[in-house]
Amino acid sequence: MIDAMLSGFYGLVAGFAALHWSNLLMMLIGAILLYLGIKKDFEPLLLVPIGFGCIIVNIPLADLMEKEGFLRIIYDMGIITELFPLLIFVGIGAMTDFRPVLENPYTFLLGAAGQFGIFLTLLLALAFGFPYKDAVTIGIIGACDGPTVIYVASQYAPHLLGAVSVAAYSYMSLVPVLQPPIMRMLTSKKERETVMKTHQKTVSDTTALLFPIVITIVGGLIAPKGLPLLSTIMLGNFMKESGAVARLTKAAENEISNIVTLLLGISIGATMSGPAFVKPQTLIILCLGLLAICLDTVCGVLFGKVLYYITGGKVNPLIGAAGISAFPMSARVVQREGQKYNKKSYLLMHAMGANAGGQVGSVMAAAVMLSVLKGMGII
Amino acid sequence: MDKWTFGFTMLFVGMGGTIATLVVFSLIMSALKKIFPYKKED
Repeated sequence: MIDAMLSGFYGLVAGFAALHWSNLLMMLIGAILLYLGIKKDFEPLLLVPIGFGCIIVNIPLADLMEKEGFLRIIYDMGIITELFPLLIFVGIGAMTDFRPVLENPYTFLLGAAGQFGIFLTLLLALAFGFPYKDAVTIGIIGACDGPTVIYVASQYAPHLLGAVSVAAYSYMSLVPVLQPPIMRMLTSKKERETVMKTHQKTVSDTTALLFPIVITIVGGLIAPKGLPLLSTIMLGNFMKESGAVARLTKAAENEISNIVTLLLGISIGATMSGPAFVKPQTLIILCLGLLAICLDTVCGVLFGKVLYYITGGKVNPLIGAAGISAFPMSARVVQREGQKYNKKSYLLMHAMGANAGGQVGSVMAAAVMLSVLKGMGII
Repeated sequence: MDKWTFGFTMLFVGMGGTIATLVVFSLIMSALKKIFPYKKED
């Protein structure tokens, strides 16, 4: 009788007994993510479920990520199968207006320049001794694009999923803090004051409608391994531009995106269990991710400077910083910086073009990367 | 294949491929804009 009672009592304290210091640390990190999301408004839609998932997965003996655990079921259903990031992409496509990049197609090139950080960080990750697929996954943080990062990580380095996802979403939300000093450092006052010509509306509805189809076919032929990413974002955009499926577009923008964001966030949090997450490697990944986004900005602004000189001072190099995928946050940062130096400078629409180019650029960079890996026989 | 061969292949082919693809997109979209020019009713 006493033995039975003691055993029963042990069941109530076993959770405390099994608690590892790394679990406590991760609960604290989960709480910090919640704080950043709620109080600082840093990507709350993602950081809140990630933070909560991180806390609950670190409660021992609950077996949430064991075979029958509910987090494991969600994870297997949406992350392992890559469905969640792809569904999010349908929503992003439905929410994104690509017309600014179509107004000035050269801004696609700014979107390309903004992807250099991916490849430079990949080299650095290799220098740190990460295996090939891990290095690719770390480099892709530089895409500054959460779903792309999750898609690549879940496929090729699922053990890094928590670290790279948290890095990607945290740094994306820090774009307004990270980019301005780099922009100021690399440009002269005269360059920053450049006024760009105001946009005339030049894109027909037919062009806007054909854009997603053409990009899907051409991009898919060039980089077939990235077609899931490219086609889902373009499907969302095609639905929006067609105007024929308003209900589906609305569902993709709202209900589907919301449900998937919740499930995606909590699944990512579920990968952040203490013993697996707390290691020096995670810190290196977080540092490399930060560097990746800074390098993207550096290369984007430098390419902006090249355009400034080629065009005889008609392009404000600041818009190069928007050639990343943090849409539309990065464009707003460029507008704000431009206005600081010249009140007559309205860079928003130009920066939106570069930013939309960065959105396509990041997806294409990941797609090209996967196809090159396939070509080399690594995947 | 050693890691630097891998890394620089990814850098040159990967980044080069990304730039080339986006240049192609840019050219196609410029062509589409000419074929289907903007009209007021748009």
